[in-house]
Amino acid sequence: MSDILEMTAVQLGGKIKSREVGVAEAARAALGQIRAAEPVVHAYVTVDEAGALKRAEEVQKRIDAGELTGPLAGVPVAIKDNMCTEGMLTTCSSKILYNFVPTYTAEAVRNLEKAGAVILGKTNMDEFAMGSTTETSAFGVTKNPWNPDHVPGGSSGGSCAAVAANECFYALGSDTGGSIRQPSSFCGVTGIKPTYGTVSRYGLIAYGSSLDQIGPIAKDVTDCAAILEVIASYDRKDSTSIPRDDCNFTSALQDDVKGMRIGIPRDYLGEGLDGEVKAAILAAARILEEKGAVVEEFDLSLVEYAIPAYYVIASAEASSNLSRFDGVKYGLRAKEYEGLHNMYKRSRSEGFGPEVKRRIMLGSFVLSSGYYDAYYLKALRTKALIKKAFDKAFEKYDVILGPASPSTAPKLGESLSDPLKMYLGDIYTISVNLAGLPGMTVPCGKDSRGLPIGLQLIGDCFKEKNIIRAGYAFERSRTYESPEITRNAQTGENNMYTKENLTYVAGDSKQAAGYKTDSIPGDSTDRITDDAVGSRTVGNAESRTGSTADIMSEGNAGSAAESTGKEAR
Amino acid sequence: MANVISDETIEYVGILAKLELTDAEKEEAKKDMGRMLDYIDMLNELDTSGVEPMSHVFAMNNVFREDVVTNGDEREKILKNAPEQKDGSFKVPKTVE
Repeated sequence: MSDILEMTAVQLGGKIKSREVGVAEAARAALGQIRAAEPVVHAYVTVDEAGALKRAEEVQKRIDAGELTGPLAGVPVAIKDNMCTEGMLTTCSSKILYNFVPTYTAEAVRNLEKAGAVILGKTNMDEFAMGSTTETSAFGVTKNPWNPDHVPGGSSGGSCAAVAANECFYALGSDTGGSIRQPSSFCGVTGIKPTYGTVSRYGLIAYGSSLDQIGPIAKDVTDCAAILEVIASYDRKDSTSIPRDDCNFTSALQDDVKGMRIGIPRDYLGEGLDGEVKAAILAAARILEEKGAVVEEFDLSLVEYAIPAYYVIASAEASSNLSRFDGVKYGLRAKEYEGLHNMYKRSRSEGFGPEVKRRIMLGSFVLSSGYYDAYYLKALRTKALIKKAFDKAFEKYDVILGPASPSTAPKLGESLSDPLKMYLGDIYTISVNLAGLPGMTVPCGKDSRGLPIGLQLIGDCFKEKNIIRAGYAFERSRTYESPEITRNAQTGENNMYTKENLTYVAGDSKQAAGYKTDSIPGDSTDRITDDAVGSRTVGNAESRTGSTADIMSEGNAGSAAESTGKEAR
Repeated sequence: MANVISDETIEYVGILAKLELTDAEKEEAKKDMGRMLDYIDMLNELDTSGVEPMSHVFAMNNVFREDVVTNGDEREKILKNAPEQKDGSFKVPKTVE
């Protein structure tokens, strides 16, 4: 079992193909690790044990029949909880969608399913992807697997933590302002935000539609390239989808950067950047230089303007996108109200958390008459200038290299008290979304506290292959490191983490299959809901995982309700 | 703080955003929004005269298709998510007196 969990997605896919590992065996290994690590990490909102095992058998049959031959066939995956999965709870980590079960599956996830993926469950995130720490989730905080006193980053913090803690073999995330790249950096994993329009957004619950893009999160660049190759597709159901005939991303997995022109923006190395992060980034640049790349520093300009422009544009789009949550068609409806409009208002006010409300209000304001030109159009003009600055840079360079975040993962609870300061942490990732560019994070070291540091590689539009090649070449110079929790959990001993540390259990094995109650986060009373809601549980709870299962069964649903109660301010 | 958000503005934003805020939340929101707008005002340092607002990075054309239903009747599945339903429809509070 332990060997299986250490594998990358592509390595496991190879072993499945050669019949050295069974699909169900791989799924059971991941589910066992979920049971062992979740009490500490809490990367998942929903774990579908029964569904994953059933699916594993189907996929095995199709592999045996020669119908599924791709590199990811049979490999278990985790999906960020803002991508619709038919029949499986999809919450966006928000109270307002606490019981939403989609009737269709997001196109990117369908592409994975066609390639034989086994879905383990849905990962925690900042509510509606608004945040940089995964602390704004209505379903509890995700912890950094490297040190549970620290955040995993966000908003795809659950996906990145799950990959780092070996609770899946790879995951999908979404990136609106850095939500794949920053948590990848904090968790020591690799993640790609592709060129805007490369992966269909159909079924991705929208935050900032002109910026949102789905991408892969995995242990290495090879995995990310292989996953991206599968999820990239032209989709008529997404009007911003772009037909591309150059999606053979794995062809760029070459340890060869001779003559590659790499620029480091001086603006990315200045004030605000942690010294240890800076040293690690520059050391990574030297490695690429030694391999034959031509590396130099340059002035990108306009970097500090990306953040205010982003918060205007993203909030404006969010205020419009989130108007669909009104207590009529799905999700939470307030229990007490007077008339239709009051029902909308009460449902939304009870259902959204403070960060989401903050952005909806800011967005409503900047779009309101009298302020539209001064704020919204000004931000769109700034976006045009930022795009131009990148265009100019890419005339000279194939790849832009820099940090993914100014620091390593902050401690839990340090960021939310000052939203503006938290927003500033997105400075190196945000402009990439504004300009529609592909960006990737590759682990490049650790700080003195043992927290991972991520290298960000940015390419011109449609030039994923450049960053994949640079990332792959850099990665060859080091070996993948996984946090202690992956080793402890594998032995089933879990010495490091005692029962007192249990803060959340993604379901209670005592309640097992047929589990019908579900508490609305923040509610003092449980509420009986629809049968379909029962999926927020670790499905059927047979003791497959030995001692680790016992650890889970001693956690209780009460503690889950308690912790979410505290989170849901 | 350069941007002072008035009670009226917060009231108006509450209407636009369809949010009901407690008095404490309103005070918090006034402070938050003022601070954000002060920060966003940094954009005024940039000369953007003659720059076209860029809503999408790539030239986007509307995608047309025939108006045909392709996904079948999903009424029952969809209604399963409804907070309240009646006779195969979404049930909402009375809107016309």
